[in-house]
Amino acid sequence: MKLIINGEIKIISGQPDLTSLVNQLCPNPKLVIAELNGQIIKCQNWNNASLKDEDKIELVTFVGGG
Amino acid sequence: MDDLIIAGKSFKSRFMLGTGKFKNKNELTECITLSGTEIVTVALRRIDLNRHEENILEYIPKHITLMTNTSGARNAEEAVRIARLAREAGYGNWIKIEVINDSKYLLPDNQETVKATEILAAEGFVVMPYMYPDLNTARALVKAGAATVMPLGSLIGSNQGLKTKEFIQILLNEIDIPIVVDAGIGRPSQAAEAMEMGAHAVLVNTAIATADQPAVISKAFALAVEAGRLAFLAKLPEQKNQAQASSPLTGFLYEK
Repeated sequence: MKLIINGEIKIISGQPDLTSLVNQLCPNPKLVIAELNGQIIKCQNWNNASLKDEDKIELVTFVGGG
Repeated sequence: MDDLIIAGKSFKSRFMLGTGKFKNKNELTECITLSGTEIVTVALRRIDLNRHEENILEYIPKHITLMTNTSGARNAEEAVRIARLAREAGYGNWIKIEVINDSKYLLPDNQETVKATEILAAEGFVVMPYMYPDLNTARALVKAGAATVMPLGSLIGSNQGLKTKEFIQILLNEIDIPIVVDAGIGRPSQAAEAMEMGAHAVLVNTAIATADQPAVISKAFALAVEAGRLAFLAKLPEQKNQAQASSPLTGFLYEK
């Protein structure tokens, strides 16, 4: 399936939900915040967030800043 | 010393630390410990999917109040979006609004900042807007529900100190919510100067993170902030244009 993750096109095999996608892509999933097509998805709902072709996903986390 | 109170929460330290630009994140932890800061800022960014990065939160002790900045936002809408994402992560609802659409001077867009403050305060965020020290804007921010205002001392990362001193003084005279001088503070003496004027707190990042010994300088800043606060509370006497002898001018030893 073709997903647009953080602005980059990624081809992901199978039918992942948000949990499995984040686990696959992010080394520290606990600190990830996810947006699916512009909507924030709470992490307790990631299992129910099924993904489809062309979905836009933003995965963000905390960094240093002033 | 008197506590700093923001949104009903009490703090012993009036020194806030920004966490950007630290080469070694262990030094950030040392700065937090040594300076006794209780409020630190962090930012939100897209995860880099191509390399493993350490997460900044792992270097910040749990008792610290985190304030997420909205850096990267070019307008109110983007700032609101970043704030909502930050809250979703479960690290509280303290937000430093930073709306910047000028990459040369990084000056905050006061109008968009007021708009974002209005929206986020209504949603229950504790909003601390970074702003250009303008009295009309500061009044609008208070009306919009800001918890503090954070006027810039000088350009972000410039270490130039209190270039906007007279205008910050006007805010101190006229605004009834805490004023945190943010940006451009490059030396402990400048932090002390802001506090002597009556600023309620100071936020420093670049001058500490880019110093040779960040932890040592963070302590120096924290001490300067404390010294400045004490001087303000003790009510410094006014400057005079003429000498006033400190020793008695009569009864000299050899006087006839």
